[in-house]
Amino acid sequence: MIRLSTPLDPSVLKSLRVGDEVLLSGKVLTARDQAHKRIVAALKKGARLPVDIKGCVIYYCGPTKTRPGSAIGSCGPTTAGRMDKMTVPLLKAGLKGMIGKGRRSPEVRQAIRKYRAVYFLATGGAGALLSKKVRSARLVCYADLGPEAVVELTVKDFPLVVGIDAEGRDVFAHQERKR
Amino acid sequence: MRKIREKDIRECVRRLALKANVRLRDDVRRAIWAAAGREVSARGRRVLRELLENAKIAQRDSLALCQDTGLPVVFVEIGPDVDASGVNVTEAVQQGVVRGYREGSLRNSIVADPLRRGKPGFGPCIVHTTFVRSKGFKVTLLPKGFGCENKTQLKMMPPTSDAKDIEDFIVGAVRDAGPDACPPYIVGVGIGGSSDYACQLAKEALLRPIDKRSRVPHVARMEKALIQRLNRLGIGPMGLGGKTTVLGVNILSYPTHIAGLPVCVNISCHVLRSASEIL
Repeated sequence: MIRLSTPLDPSVLKSLRVGDEVLLSGKVLTARDQAHKRIVAALKKGARLPVDIKGCVIYYCGPTKTRPGSAIGSCGPTTAGRMDKMTVPLLKAGLKGMIGKGRRSPEVRQAIRKYRAVYFLATGGAGALLSKKVRSARLVCYADLGPEAVVELTVKDFPLVVGIDAEGRDVFAHQERKR
Repeated sequence: MRKIREKDIRECVRRLALKANVRLRDDVRRAIWAAAGREVSARGRRVLRELLENAKIAQRDSLALCQDTGLPVVFVEIGPDVDASGVNVTEAVQQGVVRGYREGSLRNSIVADPLRRGKPGFGPCIVHTTFVRSKGFKVTLLPKGFGCENKTQLKMMPPTSDAKDIEDFIVGAVRDAGPDACPPYIVGVGIGGSSDYACQLAKEALLRPIDKRSRVPHVARMEKALIQRLNRLGIGPMGLGGKTTVLGVNILSYPTHIAGLPVCVNISCHVLRSASEIL
């Protein structure tokens, strides 16, 4: 088991191997479909982003509502493949890590290698368990998207598996997606 | 005749929304537990153990099992002894869903306009109402997560297709879903009817306990053959390899037209949730 904390520095990214089990601590940003769409549109226009993604880890997650007294609601990963067509510009802009579930496209895999980043897998459908690894949450932007808003989560020992490492090695390489 | 009130329906649906989302179905829990004992892949076993732990925490803390609390699909069955005259059943169900989801701090995942999207709300859900022979007013709520709903496949097969052709299509649909939609899966299959009805049957099939095979012998045989074949695909829990790719295959069939053979595959993730009550 490897303990990591954010920000992920280049030497750490270089040392991670596909299949490694990781406990991540630090800050991650939630963002999924609609937030990605907005971020990519802003990057395309050269507009200033309401969130700095350089060096960040993005978690593909839309939690349930937070109850009073809790840090967050149920918060497992969503299907990463839906973000594929919007991921390369983010990696180009300095994104270093992604957390999700399922396969990525060959383009994303190549970009992860090119920009020396990492794609982690979290266990889908274990949102209650994963919520216990979140210490606090802070709204960053896009509140109008409801559960798809960008929220900064402070996590402690968040359990992950390396799905694609900085060399582009993919845990699902033998299960190519039909395109 | 027994009069049913809107208030009873609303309250019932509210309870079902809360129960279905936080309490893993007993049949599903047993299947995961059994699979954890059988699974040969260490990564697969770890995932299955996490799922059991997750179910424990969710129930203890009344927390959603999964953050995707789904698009609720509600089946209402009205028996011959029930008087629902003057009752807006659909509206009462919709209100019950919103109440339950709000009370349980579940996720507002429904966008009012599929094209313009916008800020999501708690409803509306999907309501199927039928009049049935069995007594009482039965309500079943299935919160269907969309990671797996997105993997649904419908094929209008030729009427001359044999069992192997149908099985090949179903296996193909599961292989396409691969590691993406939270395996181990429960595979709901609808065979026959019309295109739309095959899809409804595939979803309804998920309501049957997953350790119970079809009462139609040749359909039960197909289910068993598929379970064996699918568990040889090697996808495994969360796609990380192993022999637990499906926890069950439930098939429902219905008469169909001489010219066709609709087959719909509706995959459920391992967090197959549903709850029902008879009023």
